[in-house]
Amino acid sequence: MSQTQNPDGIVGWGNREGAKLFREWFDQLNQIAEQNGPSAYVFVMGSMAEILQTFDLPLVFPEINSLQTAVRRVAHEYLGEAEDYGYSPDICGYVKADVALQLRGGDHPMGKVPKPALAVLTNACNTYIKWGEIWERMYGTPLFVLDVPGTRGRGAKSMPGDDGFENDRRYVEAQMKELIQLCEEITGRKFDIDRFREVLDYTNQMNLAWSQILDLNKSRPSVFNALTDGTIFLGVSNGLRGTKVGSDYFLRLLEEMQYKAGNGIGTRTEEKYRLVFVGVPCYPIFRRFNELFTEWGGTFVNSTYLWFASGGANRGFQYDLKRPLESLAEGTLLSVRDAMDSMFHQNLVIEEMIDEFSVDGVVFHPIKSCRTVSTGLADGRRALMDSRDIPSLFIESDMMDRRVVSEAQMKNRIDAFFEGLASRRQRSSIPV
Amino acid sequence: MAYAAGVDVGSTQTKAIIVDENAKIVSRALVDTGANVVQAAEQAYQRALENDGLSEEEVENVVGTGYGRYRVTFGNAQVTEISCHARGAAKMFPHTRTVLDMGGQDTKAIRVSSNGEVLDFCMNDKCAAGTGRFLEAASSALEIPLDELGPTALQAEKPVRISTTCTVFAESEVLSWLGKGKKIEDILWGVHISIASRSIGLLRR
Repeated sequence: MSQTQNPDGIVGWGNREGAKLFREWFDQLNQIAEQNGPSAYVFVMGSMAEILQTFDLPLVFPEINSLQTAVRRVAHEYLGEAEDYGYSPDICGYVKADVALQLRGGDHPMGKVPKPALAVLTNACNTYIKWGEIWERMYGTPLFVLDVPGTRGRGAKSMPGDDGFENDRRYVEAQMKELIQLCEEITGRKFDIDRFREVLDYTNQMNLAWSQILDLNKSRPSVFNALTDGTIFLGVSNGLRGTKVGSDYFLRLLEEMQYKAGNGIGTRTEEKYRLVFVGVPCYPIFRRFNELFTEWGGTFVNSTYLWFASGGANRGFQYDLKRPLESLAEGTLLSVRDAMDSMFHQNLVIEEMIDEFSVDGVVFHPIKSCRTVSTGLADGRRALMDSRDIPSLFIESDMMDRRVVSEAQMKNRIDAFFEGLASRRQRSSIPV
Repeated sequence: MAYAAGVDVGSTQTKAIIVDENAKIVSRALVDTGANVVQAAEQAYQRALENDGLSEEEVENVVGTGYGRYRVTFGNAQVTEISCHARGAAKMFPHTRTVLDMGGQDTKAIRVSSNGEVLDFCMNDKCAAGTGRFLEAASSALEIPLDELGPTALQAEKPVRISTTCTVFAESEVLSWLGKGKKIEDILWGVHISIASRSIGLLRR
């Protein structure tokens, strides 16, 4: 690519800078761990980052720590240690890698991870709660479980404007006040509402940019790979949520994607087939897994992972800074529900996306060690097949455990899927 | 006369066929895949050529398929066995809607369109339950040659229930039934029922 096509090195900036920020975030956690400083353990769905950042509590995402052991090809060592300790092979791989990490005194391939002074969990995944209880037993960590009401009232969700919604929102807000009180006790600091507004404002900028970036992948060719590039963006979105560095990153990333879209610059793959990914990536062979698709010219233009693993930030919800706590409760309620829907009712959103994103196929990837994200996929796929004439692929593996990842089997299925796509395209190009 | 060939390198056996211009099969060969996949592909192909007295020059196109399709180094193209099954079934049996392929290490259910396109497919997971390997395990545990498994099972009166879904555990389950004094015929019938029910599960999916 010439200098004129890439002014100021903007193309590729998001990946480079994202990787750098990610390393810096872990370096900072390492320093805190060395000094025995406090941290807050949180999860990607309902992290409550805005409240915790207001108290300057460093965020630790155990899910991200765990997946990083798989990406760095050492997950099997962590899983083995947890299984030696007594955990079943059938238990969530993220949990087991974290248990081993704690048994190792916080040792992680990217540095040392501090111990939790507090853990914030939501009911978006019931394993979160059982996971938190492990730290409670290990360290006496106070757990804060945010109960986000999901579907109520004859299966219908309450929406803004409904009486039911206001009840749900007040319920979440009341819990947030309890969390604030707990943070005050842990840090010895009073809650600063102005600082809180500042944090919310950063999240607003990040959320808006994130939703716009996702939308820009309607371009042909797509401007980022939702599976690989998207995961880098997700790391920043979670770890640096509610910070100036995080919002600046997303604003610049938006500029990069706008530039690429405006100049017809795509990903490194010569795009032939536009795909949607449903589920969690196969981290034990992360790069190779993606190659199995890109070798055929398949690119992922969107992914439900970017929705639920960003805690629903893809909605672009904007907090009202005039009523910050009330608005955070409203945003959390809508976003966490949206994250849950991305796991359970993903077909409804994908149906709408097929035309907008010019989708050629949908890849469902259930994983053995996560029931929460995998349970509804077979059903979701059937529903999608009933409503739309769109090819889909169903491949099973895992996000952590290479023992249940068979590359040869996966390749066979993926190759057959693309052979079907090619044959379908050939047929549609023949005039009837 | 021009010819084309197909070489299917499976997990346990490698098959080669040669067809003429009228899509008539003129020769075939089958060898164990073994540890050297490239050699197995070459061997099967050469045997198929020899069987009909053909030379490589007479074969215009060779397609590799099966797990080892990329190891068919002399092939002109590689196509998954899933697509090959669909095309083949539609060609040979024009009204085919479903193909069930019970291979050595996996079983595939394939939904086929009238023109031989794959509409959908599903396979067993990484575990080899419900596959040819499952039968081999039973054959080994009961010390009965593979060829005799079917006829022996047909003499059963009351099948035992093989509950495990794992080929490795199936072997010990078969032995435990023997220990309980069950007849070999009844155990084998149980093995077949187990495989059939796993396959039907795939077909339903």
